[in-house]
This record gives sequence, structure tokens and C-alpha cells, in this order.
Amino acid sequence: MTDQKTTEYAGWGRALRANGRLVRPNTQSEIDINAPAIGNRRSYGDAALNTGGTVQELTQLDRIIAFDRSAGLLTVEAGITLGELTRVLAPQGWLPTVLPGTGFATVGGAISMDVHGKNHHHVGSFCQHVTSITLIQGEKTRTITPKSGGIWKATCGGLGQTGIIVQATLQLSQARGDMMLVSEQRATDWDHHIALLDGSDAPYTVGWIDATATGDRLGRGIVEEGEICRGLKPKARRSKKIPFNAPHLALSSPIVRAFNALYYRRVPKSGRTVVRPINDFFFPLDKIHNWNKLYGKRGFHQFQCVVPLDQYGVLRQMMEMVAGSGLASPLAVLKRMGAGLNGESAGYMSFPMEGYTLAIDFPNRPAARDLIAKLETLALKANGRIYLAKDALSTGVAIKSMYADHPKWAAVTAKADPHKHLQTDMTRRLDLRT
Amino acid sequence: MTDTWIILGASSTIAKAFTRSVAEAGAHVILAGRRMDDLEASAADASARGAVGATPVAFDARDPETFQPILDAAVRTGGTINCAVFVGSMPSQDDINDDPALVDGTIADSFTGPARFLQMLAPLMSEQGSGSIVGVGSVAGDRGRVGNYVYGAAKAGFATYLSGLRNQLGRSGVHVLTVKPGPVDTVMTQGLGDQPFMTTADAVVADIHKALSKKRNTLYTKWIWWPVMTVIKLIPEPIFKKMSI
Repeated sequence: MTDQKTTEYAGWGRALRANGRLVRPNTQSEIDINAPAIGNRRSYGDAALNTGGTVQELTQLDRIIAFDRSAGLLTVEAGITLGELTRVLAPQGWLPTVLPGTGFATVGGAISMDVHGKNHHHVGSFCQHVTSITLIQGEKTRTITPKSGGIWKATCGGLGQTGIIVQATLQLSQARGDMMLVSEQRATDWDHHIALLDGSDAPYTVGWIDATATGDRLGRGIVEEGEICRGLKPKARRSKKIPFNAPHLALSSPIVRAFNALYYRRVPKSGRTVVRPINDFFFPLDKIHNWNKLYGKRGFHQFQCVVPLDQYGVLRQMMEMVAGSGLASPLAVLKRMGAGLNGESAGYMSFPMEGYTLAIDFPNRPAARDLIAKLETLALKANGRIYLAKDALSTGVAIKSMYADHPKWAAVTAKADPHKHLQTDMTRRLDLRT
Repeated sequence: MTDTWIILGASSTIAKAFTRSVAEAGAHVILAGRRMDDLEASAADASARGAVGATPVAFDARDPETFQPILDAAVRTGGTINCAVFVGSMPSQDDINDDPALVDGTIADSFTGPARFLQMLAPLMSEQGSGSIVGVGSVAGDRGRVGNYVYGAAKAGFATYLSGLRNQLGRSGVHVLTVKPGPVDTVMTQGLGDQPFMTTADAVVADIHKALSKKRNTLYTKWIWWPVMTVIKLIPEPIFKKMSI
């Protein structure tokens, strides 16, 4: 804990790295009030990096503090992961209401990024099911709630800049079981894909998109709709690890193209219904522990934007650029997002808004970075925004024009952390704290 | 009958992982340690995960007055008593060289304190005729090395004590497992690359449960430490005394 050696560490995308102190407090009393806190480093870019300074990984603060089983209210320390909560709660009939695509994300991280899940169209974002947050702000520890006003809206999706999040209370949802009944359908092209997403009323809906398909097949993919059910639980399988950095060839264009074609045909033309353990549905990639190593040493980027519903034509234009580039990886996701709980978003810097969101991974190469810059410009023009949990390449000017409430967030964080002790590489790169 | 697990040194990282594993299996846990506020939070965590009961109690390896109330709390649960010992302290050898008085505390925390506690527990377990004791030592106890030989000596003493306790209690059906972990994941090693022979608290706990179910006597975790330490133990003293490993 007191070791002062510096270490090199990276975000999930491994394209951006930092050199600095990475410490892991064992208890709340060991927390350094003057350094930013991070979770499990599942943000792709530099949101959890602090070059030359200290970051405090709170993964040892991972206890359940209180569980009101009748109301489904759960108070936890911020470092517990959502996968762990799912594992513990599902057998007891409860689940976190919002689960992002990885179970390795911590509760503190999920709040700081106001993450969303496959049920965003029904329930909104993560922070809309948080009922209180305990923050360390300098010498003070305070608990805030949705009624706390600006500080709440600056903390939800607030990149950890309003204080160190040490505890939170979550409103859980009842789960009828720990299996997921999943129906999978082929979407044959762009319009069909959008129509299937628009028409879905399932509790959980997401589209996998073949980002290499061009021409008539542009936008083809598989739309998955899920509903929680009870069933026989298959024996848990050990997670696999990627033992080394993969060579560039592994994700070269012909291989991705071939993989995607097979993946698409895996689902029969008439569609199918399968039963899966909920963890496999929520966190499909977590079974392969370090899948980010598949992209080799140089790492990768994920572009994720959301554009308003009437701008889906711009999204199609993006897909054309991506499919034509030969740069995309198999990991590409399309989803329709709702307007948020009560038509609002949780925080000033929350990513989710009503519209379509597209997420695509690219290996970290100059051509991919150029393409991402073009995609971002399109997103900005379409009144969309990009997701800071994924970003490693954007500019402060672009982000500030995408997030209209940024000035309010900056004002609250300036008061909450006047000496800017909680800054990260991301807030400096994007000049967010001014 | 449900299991009751006394966890000595319940705030340590490995102890936390062990507590969760037995809580999820529906045991009653007696969480013994020095920081009551931390133990209370851990007790709430254990209950939320399925423990039938979770009782925090004060324990200080250097204060034998604290021992009896722990035994009383365990008896009150009415379950089959088991005990896992995770206590120990490791001041750096440099600090000990500067302040020889630190020897006493190191030996008390890692050896004499837990040994005295187990000596008080032994008759209860013997009468019960079942249950397990898990004693966590260290590979550092296998040979005195220049870097941490006071800690190593304490763990060596504890290992010898456990060996004798196993010999005694085995006659009445109580199993004693000696665990010798190598280095367990710390923050400095979790940057980018994986360190060789480094393990995590969860992996140690999984190994402990496997060893308990097979009634193993001594567990090296990771397993690689068994051949490594066997080789280190075989190095002749005239050569070893010139090495700093």
C-alpha cells in the first residue's frame, strides 16, 4: 500500500498507457483523499489513468454492507464487481437492474460512467437505479441522493471527479431465475436490422452487426432478445485466458470476414430460441479472460456513439465507411436506446440518450484512428455523442459540444474538487475540468 | 449440522476470500480480528452471501484475554466447530534489524498467539471428534533467508506446531491442514504482465477447499512452491549462507 514504485498500466484497450503509482487500499481508512479512485480498468481509454500521479484501485473495498431482501435495496462498497453481484444475487431472486457488457466493471466505475445495458429501452441507465452514493470529498465524507441536485447529476456519469465514491445503494430488480431465454433472429440488411430493433419489446434486446458486410448485406446481423427464466443450471465452466499477445494476423480482414459469415449463419434463417446462463447473456466475452490481448501489443480502440432516432441514416453512412474500410473486428453492436427513466438522463455527462447506439472495435492502427475521427465528426453533426468509457481519441472541443450540460458539470466539479486532485489523463486530454 | 468457522485474522485478504466461500456454503462464521468496524462490515457481507450467522469478535494474538470469548461464541452457535488461522505480521527485516524488539511481536502474531489459541481449542475439537483446522504458514518458514528470517522462523515454528497438533487431533478424527502460500497477488504485480508463481487470494482459497476435501496434510499454493522449496531446502548450508534469494 505504501509502496512508492511506479508501474506502467493501461486501460482496457491497451492503446493508451500511463506510468505512475497504482495502489490498492485495503480499507476505506487507507484511501488517499488527494488521488483519483478507479475500479477494474474496464474503460477502454484513459479514464482510469493518471500519468505521473497516483490512482487508487478500490477493488479491495468489495463488501456487501446491507441487503434489504424485502425491498431489494442493496448497499455495497464501490469496488465490488457487477459480475460478483450477479453471481451472489441471482440465486436469491434479485439482480442489479442495469448490467453492462462486462461483469468485471465495479459499482463505482458503473456510476462514474453511468453505464447502460441491453434493457436500456425499458429501464434507463445504471445511475437511475442508484438511490444513494457515499463520497469522500477531501476531509469530509457525505452521502448524496437523487434529491441532492447538482452534485448528484455531476456524480452520475461524472468520471469520478466529484469525490471518491466509496459506497452506493442500488435498487435491485426481481429476477425469476438465473437463466435467460434468448431468441435470435437474422437481420438481413440495415433496414431490417433497424426494424427488428424498433419492433422489439423484449426486456433485453441487442443487435450484433457484421461490420464487414457490404452492398445488399450492409448492416446484416443477429438480433438477440432475452427474457429471464428459471432452468437447470449447467455446470460452471472455468474462464479461459488469452496467454499471449496475438499476432496482427489474428484479426486481419479475411479472417474477420470469414468469422463473421460463420457467426451470422450460426443462427438458422428461421431464427431460434436457446436457454443460456444469464452471465453468458450479459457478459458474453468475460469467459475469455484477457480477450483484449487478441489485438496484440498495440491494443485497440472502440468507437461508440449514439445518434437521435431520426438520424439513423447517418448511422448507415457510418456503417458503409466501416464496412468499406476492412478495418473492423467481429465485435460490433447496434442497439436502440430509450429516453431514460421518466424521459431524463441521470447525469450531466451521462452518455445514454434516446436513439441508436453503435459500438465497433478497431485494432490500433493509423488508418483506424483516421476512420474513427471521421465517424466522430459524423456523430457530432448528427447531434449525437460518443461514449467516454470507450474514448481514447476525441478532442475536448468535440466532447464539449456533444455534452450540452458540460458547463454545469464543470461548475460542480470545480467546487467539489477545487484543487483538481481527482483529475485523470482523460479529463486532462479533453480539458474537461475547465 | 451446520459448520461453524472461526476465522482468526478475518480482515486479511485471504481470510476475506475464505470467509465468503464458507458463507456461501451456509456456514456460521465467527470473525475474529482487531478492527471491529471492519469485522462488522465483513459480517454483513457474509450474511448477505448466505451465512446462517456472522459474529464479529475482538481478537489480538498478543492478548490471550481475548481468546476465550471467541471459543464461547463458537460453542453458542451449536454447529460443528472448524477454525482457520490467517494471522501473522511481517515487518521488514530491515526494520527488525533497527529495532530488535519487533521480534517479540512478529513471533507472537505468527506463532505463539495462534498456537496458544489452538491449544485452548484442541480439547473442544477433540471431544467433537470431527471438523478441520486450517493453519496458514508460509514458504518463508521452510528455510531461514536473509530477507525475512524472523518472520520465517515464526512460520517455521507454527508449521512444526501444526504438525504436532495434527498428530494429536488426528487420533480423534479432527483434520489439520498446513497451508504454505507463496507470494499472493499484490498491487505492484498487477500492472501489465503476469508474475511467475504469483497467485490470488481466490485461488489460494480454492486450493484450500480442494486440500480439505482430500484431507491433505500440507498444501503448497501455488503447487510449484513444493518443488521450488524442496530444492531450496536441499542446498547445503555452506553454499546457502552465501546466497541471497
